[in-house]
Amino acid sequence: MTDAAVKGHAVLETPLADRHAALRARMIEFSGWRMPVQYTSIIEEHRAVRERVGLFDLSHMGELIVEGPDAGPALAGAVVTNPPALAIGRAHYSMICAADGGIIDDLIIYRLAEDRFMVVANAGNAQVVSDALAERLGSARAVLDDQSLATGLVAVQGPRSVDVLGPHTDVDLAALRYYAMAEGTVAGIPAQVGRTGYTGEDGFEVFVETRRVGELWDVLLDAVRSADGLPVGLGARDTLRLEAGMPLYGNELDAATNPFEAGLGRVVKLDKPGDFVGRAALERVAADGPKKSLVGMTMEGRGIARHGYPVHAGERRTGVITSGTQSPTLGVPIAMAYVAPADTEAGTALEVEIRDARVAARVVPLPFYRRTT
Amino acid sequence: MTAPNDLRYTRDHEWVRVDGDEATVGITQYAADQLGDIVFVELPDTGRDLEEAKPFGVVESVKAVSDLFAPVSGEVTAINGALASDPELVNSDPYGEGWMLKLRIASPDQLDDLLDGEAYDELVAAG
Repeated sequence: MTDAAVKGHAVLETPLADRHAALRARMIEFSGWRMPVQYTSIIEEHRAVRERVGLFDLSHMGELIVEGPDAGPALAGAVVTNPPALAIGRAHYSMICAADGGIIDDLIIYRLAEDRFMVVANAGNAQVVSDALAERLGSARAVLDDQSLATGLVAVQGPRSVDVLGPHTDVDLAALRYYAMAEGTVAGIPAQVGRTGYTGEDGFEVFVETRRVGELWDVLLDAVRSADGLPVGLGARDTLRLEAGMPLYGNELDAATNPFEAGLGRVVKLDKPGDFVGRAALERVAADGPKKSLVGMTMEGRGIARHGYPVHAGERRTGVITSGTQSPTLGVPIAMAYVAPADTEAGTALEVEIRDARVAARVVPLPFYRRTT
Repeated sequence: MTAPNDLRYTRDHEWVRVDGDEATVGITQYAADQLGDIVFVELPDTGRDLEEAKPFGVVESVKAVSDLFAPVSGEVTAINGALASDPELVNSDPYGEGWMLKLRIASPDQLDDLLDGEAYDELVAAG
């Protein structure tokens, strides 16, 4: 069941639906959108990104523009980070929390101008985030403009990303730092280019007007193919982010989880000026310590841990798997899990309940994979 | 895609090759393609008695876990040990090296419930 089904909305089509059909992609419903899960093989697509380059349609993501003289301070009161501290053209990872500290969504916030920010939200949460931001901006001199449907987003990820994108853009990619954004053109189309991603590789996210994202995709797909790369679906996007130890909303993050539990306490700027939604609750968690903690695990016995499987420490049930798969890069089953704070040390022996059996696993440091260049 | 005519099929996309009272069991090309890259196969121990239409193991792709169902009842006489280290054989050669287990057929009558290649192709075509 998807969010769209719950709300009774029609499933949304990406503006690249015809491209995906022509590529014979296998489509699934994800967060209220019909999206490609794989074009050829999840493992081949995964390897293409790790070793060469891959092209992703991320048009389902939500893009919310917050603009006005108070945009910075108003955002600072709405999310856990301090957007006014961002230099123009820079971005940071953030979260928007409820008053009890539970995570409503994780976000990337880009500062586009002195008084203009772009908040990128997960597709399934875009409306909730939009509503929460609108409410939290209140009477501040800042307006929220939900540009999600008007914005197309394509990502180029992998070690050959600069070679693929460079010839097609006037943005100086060599000068564009990680988590920075520049305005320019890509394939002659006005674009915002961020050096961001969700794969653990170098790469770029290219935001354009929805009506031109087809042109952008065609040019970049040719370039990606020339560099021996592939179009990549959500299946490999999930295995790539999991190897990179990056959380997925709905798996590692949800309204019943706070940032400290998710290992993201460093993202929460308790030292920023002013109040923000969730501050009091998060200060308590920071002082008392989290009740559960996210860990990485590798399986030592045979079997793949999957979302929802129970995790045991001896006779004691310590937690639950949030994500798990066979790691295409490492060749072993990997997983993330919430466990009791006593069981988080690297090397701790745990067991995962897989169907009727308990399979040996061990806590390992995150991420599972870190790029070397 | 055409299912080989010398095999019998279940509606759950397993195939059976009958040789006397022995049946070799695997999953079809269609099933393997639908699952995508297969990364794990869990099979029963030899000697276990399987019951027709009951789950006997699982096959996992990168994304999904699927049950395997016994096409007919019988005792497991062999399992394909190669799948422990090379589960991708199920994708690359589902009717050959990707076989899963052999069993001694307990009730030959149950074979009559299985589909032939043509009927299986129709089942797949009908979605």
